Amino acid sequence: MNKNGNYDVIIIGGGVIGCMLARYLSRYTLDILLIEKESDIGSVTSAANTAIVHPGYDAISGSLKAKLNVAANPMWDNLAGELQFAFQRHGDYVVAIGEDELARLDMLLQRGKQNGVPGMQIVSADVMRSREPNINPAVSGAIWATSGGICDPFGVTIAAAENAVLNGVTILRETVFEDFIWNEKRIVGIKTNRGIFTCRRAINAAGLFADAIMHKAGVRPDFKITPRKGEYFVLDRTDFTVNNVLFPVPSDISKGILVTTTVHGNTIIGPNAQNIEDKENKENTKSGMDEVFEGAKKLVPNINPRHVIAVFAGLRAGGNAACQTPGIGYSHDFIVEIPTEVQGLVNLGGIESPGLTAAPAIAQYVVELLKDAGEKLQEKKNWNPVRPARPQFRHLTHEECDALIKKDARYGRVVCRCENVTEGEIVAEIHSPIPALTYDAIKRRTWLGTGRCQGGFDMPRVTEILARELGVSQLEISKKNGASKFLCRPTKEDGGAQ
Amino acid sequence: MMIRKCDIAVIGSGPGGLAAAIAAKKNGAKQVLLIERDREPGGILLQCIHNGFGVEIFKKDLPGPAYAQHFINEAQEVGVNFLLDTMILEITKDKRIFASNKTEGMLEIQAKAVILAMGCRERTRAQVRLPGARPAGVYTAGTAQRWVNVEGFMPGKKIVILGSGDIGMIMARRLTFEGAKVERVLEIMPYLSGLMRNYVQCLQDFDIPLQMQHTVKRIIGNERVEAIETVAVDNRWQEVPGSEEVIPCDTLLLSVGLVPENELSRQVGIHLDPLTAGPFVDNYFQTETKGFFAAGNVVHVYDLVDWVTGAGLRAGESAALYTNNKLQMNNKKIAIQHGQNVHHVIPQFLDIDSLSAREEQLQMRVTKPLEQPVKVQVTDGKEVIASKALPYARPGEMVTISLKDKHIDLLKKAEQLVVQIAEREE
Ligand SMILES: Cc1cc2nc3c(=O)[nH]c(=O)nc-3n(C[C@H](O)[C@H](O)[C@H](O)COP(=O)(O)OP(=O)(O)OC[C@H]3O[C@@H](n4cnc5c(N)ncnc54)[C@H](O)[C@@H]3O)c2cc1C
Ligand SMILES: Cc1cc2nc3c(=O)[nH]c(=O)nc-3n(C[C@H](O)[C@H](O)[C@H](O)COP(=O)(O)OP(=O)(O)OC[C@H]3O[C@@H](n4cnc5c(N)ncnc54)[C@H](O)[C@@H]3O)c2cc1C
Repeated sequence: MNKNGNYDVIIIGGGVIGCMLARYLSRYTLDILLIEKESDIGSVTSAANTAIVHPGYDAISGSLKAKLNVAANPMWDNLAGELQFAFQRHGDYVVAIGEDELARLDMLLQRGKQNGVPGMQIVSADVMRSREPNINPAVSGAIWATSGGICDPFGVTIAAAENAVLNGVTILRETVFEDFIWNEKRIVGIKTNRGIFTCRRAINAAGLFADAIMHKAGVRPDFKITPRKGEYFVLDRTDFTVNNVLFPVPSDISKGILVTTTVHGNTIIGPNAQNIEDKENKENTKSGMDEVFEGAKKLVPNINPRHVIAVFAGLRAGGNAACQTPGIGYSHDFIVEIPTEVQGLVNLGGIESPGLTAAPAIAQYVVELLKDAGEKLQEKKNWNPVRPARPQFRHLTHEECDALIKKDARYGRVVCRCENVTEGEIVAEIHSPIPALTYDAIKRRTWLGTGRCQGGFDMPRVTEILARELGVSQLEISKKNGASKFLCRPTKEDGGAQ
Repeated sequence: MMIRKCDIAVIGSGPGGLAAAIAAKKNGAKQVLLIERDREPGGILLQCIHNGFGVEIFKKDLPGPAYAQHFINEAQEVGVNFLLDTMILEITKDKRIFASNKTEGMLEIQAKAVILAMGCRERTRAQVRLPGARPAGVYTAGTAQRWVNVEGFMPGKKIVILGSGDIGMIMARRLTFEGAKVERVLEIMPYLSGLMRNYVQCLQDFDIPLQMQHTVKRIIGNERVEAIETVAVDNRWQEVPGSEEVIPCDTLLLSVGLVPENELSRQVGIHLDPLTAGPFVDNYFQTETKGFFAAGNVVHVYDLVDWVTGAGLRAGESAALYTNNKLQMNNKKIAIQHGQNVHHVIPQFLDIDSLSAREEQLQMRVTKPLEQPVKVQVTDGKEVIASKALPYARPGEMVTISLKDKHIDLLKKAEQLVVQIAEREE
């Protein structure tokens, strides 16, 4: 940590947006602190979404969303190369079912052209059927957008954060922003549960809580985030898979329920869209699950509930900011701005989909805004854009596995039987630049426990390894934070005679 | 990469694999390699420290580890080679097995025959689609069993159990011994899914309430389970409005079924029966892929370990014969179908000629409880070939019937066999 808690820039929020900002800003000679309220970075919305790198035909033309989405999309190949996370670009499809829906495809195609999206074309029903044999036979045509991609969204977030740390950024977890510290109308620091940190500029990247934070700064008092829940199912890849990213034709409120492949090879279906009040409520509901199934079956009728291995839900940070471009009556745009009524704040808000896609362009845009605001950004001589990935046993050839085990025997013990994650990988994550300290943190980093037994096999083994490596009792090991411990006490000494 | 060769590779060292390895050796296989991913052999038995094993074979009521130890000793005596702490990652159709361990790195094992004995895995929360939050404190009963019996830790203090499977009931008793309060056991069906004996000894004797036709409506608590909302269901599994109840607790254990573990079998391309989720097998416990045998919970889920041992012995013997080119391979095999009240039958194919030398046992599960005298019947679709009377038949308890040499003539005329359970006319 920086000596006295004095920084140039403090980023509030360690989702993909905050971490990407940290990574982009780490290029310059700034002292940067990123604070995250949860026990791990990237554990909120950036860990629970559809993971699609959107081409940009969906966003309303003229909006900041459209601009940043389209600008970001081509940045991903380089980003994935430098940060070494999983990313695949095979395009995506918007599938019309029945003749009535064909007209909507034209509308999307036009919007895509207007937004400057390259590589969009209409494909026939026959082509769609041959590319995706499981598609609803009533398909009438589809848009194929070749620039669509998929990624591991947590993988992107952790990679960006690690790269930032390697370039000198400080990250503090379980550190909650409480208020700003002012000198007249200038922000000079923040108060947190861990004390005071000073800064010249604070960046609001708090996702679902961005409204509360800007209100503390007295900015945009009418801005409100309404969480919109989306539920998902993960299907067992040994039972059923689709090969593509399949969207239905969108409705006015959402992109609809997708059936899509992931970088892990599992098919996921979802999300639905339900406005809720509670920003912590990520419960799965019976009605939500039914809705997701109904929706998915429209695209792929032979999806079967028996193939489900996991459920999850994410909350979209739906905002109410008006689009700044005159004449466009759109009121759910991104906010990325340096407000003028106060000094020292970079304000982000309403970063719902396509926020993941847009993250690198948002970060780049903030750099430009800072320059415009007179910040003298000086590049570091030794900035390293590369974050080296750690080996993942299941992606190696037999020979590579053998060599790895010969170097470190712990790679020889497979701890997760479904995803073939080894003890070596778990230990490496526990001692990585942003250490994994909980079960879920290890799960997100290694993908352990995500297969069909959902951790039933690995859980006791992982708690044992965590306890050993952290030098604590297994009773201290938790799922996600101190309040979610797995175990409560040792068994009785006498073993509870039978 | 290290290469090892053997006659027979056995995957998994539970009672199925142990018996198979012993029998293979005793029937003339030279090199038998028993491969296990855990540090100790014994499979699921190692965490089953309760009594109730070996009632059929030893006429004794042993704890799981003692039952396993008997066969571990015998395997060592007859010269089975153990390869422990070794995970099998991949098997090819030409019987090359890829595995990894800490001391040798990646291994390639080349075998003449392979016996699959990987056991089964538990169904999870997502597979029964339980709504609600995703806190710590929701565990499968088997995971909890490992924590308590092997690691020495308690998963919680106030516990609700979903599912009346055997592991759930046994854990209800075990956790009660350890000072936890088991609030109740919920079962969505109108009948028990485990053994009656376990209901009496594990729930009744400890005053643990069992609620039939009830399930979990919602898991409450963001960090750790805080409560479970339960609901009654009707005969079509629809929730009964107004029957909801919130039970404060810190743990939900799931005992909602076991599924044979066949990831490796699928890789090989072995044909799996959708009814059992295990491979189709014949009476030699050979799968439909030549030289691959299967025994134990990997084929279908057993309730009693003794039957698993029996299946393993047969698979091991058959595999040894196979490697010596003595296994009848070209005989015509007759298909066995499940009929009225029968969920599935093992084996699915029968070589009738083998009956001249020995009895063949058919194993089945019934689809629903039949609480009156019943008749298990093997028919050719119309005529009854063999029949056996039972006082009742329940889904929690495996039912068997044997075919003998005296049935051969009738069997030879049959195109297929249908096994059914009929209510007995007195
Ligand atoms: C259902 C769903 C599907 C989506 N699908 C896609 C998609 O396919 N493609 C795409 O591009 N986008 C998609 N998105 C959008 C994308 O996930 C988000 O735009 C992106 O993850 C937002 O990142 P973030 O960093 O702003 O928010 P978050 O990931 O929520 O990060 C904000 C962080 O701030 C922290 N924080 C909050 N308050 C405080 C405080 N007081 N002090 C300290 N820290 C604090 C939080 O704990 C959190 O970690 C989807 C979103 C959802 C919900
Ligand atoms: C909790 C529980 C309680 C029971 N109680 C009783 C009882 O009271 N009385 C009774 O008679 N029966 C009981 N049974 C039933 C009986 O014990 C089981 O049916 C029997 O143990 C199954 O034996 P198995 O060899 O098929 O499988 P398992 O014992 O499960 O053995 C399978 C082995 O294969 C190994 N394996 C799997 N995949 C791999 C791989 N890829 N690489 C390496 N190794 C692998 C596993 O580690 C495991 O050791 C109980 C079962 C359970 C689960």
